[in-house]
Amino acid sequence: MKVLVPVKRVIDANIKVRVKADNSGVETANVKMAMNPFCEIAVEEAVRMKEAGTVEEVIAVTAGPSQCQESLRTALAMGADRAIMIETDEVLEPLGVAKLLKAVVDNEGPGMVIMGKQAIDGDNNQTGQMLSALLGWSQGAFTSKIEVAGDSVNIVREVDAGLQSLTLKMPAVVTVDLRLNEPRYASLPNIMKAKKKPMDTTTPADLGVDITPRVNVISVGEPPAREAGVIVPDVATLVDKLRNEAKVIS
Amino acid sequence: MSILVVAEHDNETLASATYNAVAAASQLSGDIEILVAGSGTSGVAEAAAKIPGVAKVLNADSAEYANDIAENTAPLLVQLAPNYSHVLAPATTFGKNVMPRASALLDVQQISEITAIESDDTFVRPIYAGNAMATVQSTDSVKMITVRMTAFEAVAEDGGSASVEAIAGTGDAGLASFVSQEVSKSDRPELTTARIVISGGRGMKSGENFPLIESVADKLNAAVGASRAAVDAGYVSNDFQVGQTGKVVAPDLYIAVGISGAIQHLAGMKDSKVIVAINNDEEAPIFQVADYGLVADLFDAIPALDAELG
Ligand SMILES: Cc1cc2nc3c(=O)[nH]c(=O)nc-3n(C[C@H](O)[C@H](O)[C@H](O)COP(=O)(O)OP(=O)(O)OC[C@H]3O[C@@H](n4cnc5c(N)ncnc54)[C@H](O)[C@@H]3O)c2cc1C
Repeated sequence: MKVLVPVKRVIDANIKVRVKADNSGVETANVKMAMNPFCEIAVEEAVRMKEAGTVEEVIAVTAGPSQCQESLRTALAMGADRAIMIETDEVLEPLGVAKLLKAVVDNEGPGMVIMGKQAIDGDNNQTGQMLSALLGWSQGAFTSKIEVAGDSVNIVREVDAGLQSLTLKMPAVVTVDLRLNEPRYASLPNIMKAKKKPMDTTTPADLGVDITPRVNVISVGEPPAREAGVIVPDVATLVDKLRNEAKVIS
Repeated sequence: MSILVVAEHDNETLASATYNAVAAASQLSGDIEILVAGSGTSGVAEAAAKIPGVAKVLNADSAEYANDIAENTAPLLVQLAPNYSHVLAPATTFGKNVMPRASALLDVQQISEITAIESDDTFVRPIYAGNAMATVQSTDSVKMITVRMTAFEAVAEDGGSASVEAIAGTGDAGLASFVSQEVSKSDRPELTTARIVISGGRGMKSGENFPLIESVADKLNAAVGASRAAVDAGYVSNDFQVGQTGKVVAPDLYIAVGISGAIQHLAGMKDSKVIVAINNDEEAPIFQVADYGLVADLFDAIPALDAELG
């Protein structure tokens, strides 16, 4: 079985983003970028499945401007076998990305797609579910456990109430949550090797996909700021303030 | 045209998040209808019909909807959506699972987790863990939307008397089957609706120390939450996690104990009315959002707080 792993390049999770002065978006110039943490977990899972012999080939794919190749190289260094770069400078929305990925699935015929449950920039949490819908496949969203068993896959999902176990018919799209695994760091030799692994480049037009945005971003602003607080000297003062000043406890 | 709110429930009770989604719907123009899709849900449909301002409840009661399998519920939404201007669901793991699936089948770009409504087609939503707020306008004919519950105050539960109309099921898609659900049982208030939340982080050092904050929680009738680090370390289960990728809470009082205040944690609690931070590192970023900070060892401060509360 082949596994397709879509990955996204985002602002590094440790960076506190700044809103641009003209309210058109957030500052991305000279900001550290990295692979979306959930995508790293997806790559790790696919590579582990290959190491365990359940999977023959791991294909990483991304869509975006040419710099997004960096994330593909990271995936290759972690153990993916080859990569597909869908190059575009257009604004991409989850629905458009799902359509692009569907076209890649149609070409490649993977038995499973493993991807992050959300990207930490747009926080949309949509693309995997959308891809699954467009393919008419089963969907395992927010998983913390994946076990392939013949022509089905047993998953555990992190839901608000606790944990839900499902059996999905293959082929399936599975989106991963934080506790599925801990991604490895790519070693230097593997980073070097990754440079020689194959990377195909295509475009939305080549794939025959219309990615025209459906949503107009009117503005991007700062969230409401909190007023500065005070440091209290001891527990007794804290309780007094909560009772008599903030009046949030009785 | 009318607005459809997709109810969240466990086949027995209507989830509180549904009332927040109805609150958001009431800011749009049009009648509000509620869809209750489940199995053995007549009680839930009745509860939905009692919400003031609701014009009609659609009850799709059929075995394939028993466990919120998105592959089964999405076709029902696809069938209904063209009759509505908007379809709203709570931005919980329920709504986040099924809504994008239905949206893609409708060829609609969903708007996720809105926190404000500017007009019938323009909405505000947090991006980058809430460090920026985007105002976005949808050009799709049906607006598919998930609603952040903390941003819309729940509507009243009683006072209405909408009609309930039974609608047929769309059948089992045969793609996914339910195996089991592990639900954490607790007598404490629900994390996302509690008036007071006390959360523990890595500073708690072990799950065995959580009873320290549980005892305080019981005195304050508070819910207990946790940081990702505390969940990853196995101190508590995943449903306790507050943050960008866990639950979003906005209680009257949030007490962060042994939590450093990473961006991803703040994303889930910084809209709380009053924030208290207890941490022994005065440089911890949590103090920047705290109304009241106590620089102390939690293993002294929490027992002292417990005693002070009597
Ligand atoms: C993609 C992504 C998503 C994430 N999503 C979430 C999320 O949803 N929610 C979330 O919480 N995190 C999330 N995180 C993780 C986040 O970045 C932090 O790692 C995490 O919040 C840290 O948890 P913590 O504050 O408990 O631990 P730490 O950062 O280790 O902080 C522990 C704190 O306890 C204090 N402490 C230690 N001992 C004591 C003592 N005896 N008395 C008092 N104080 C003490 C320390 O001073 C320190 O400030 C996410 C990260 C990523 C990359």
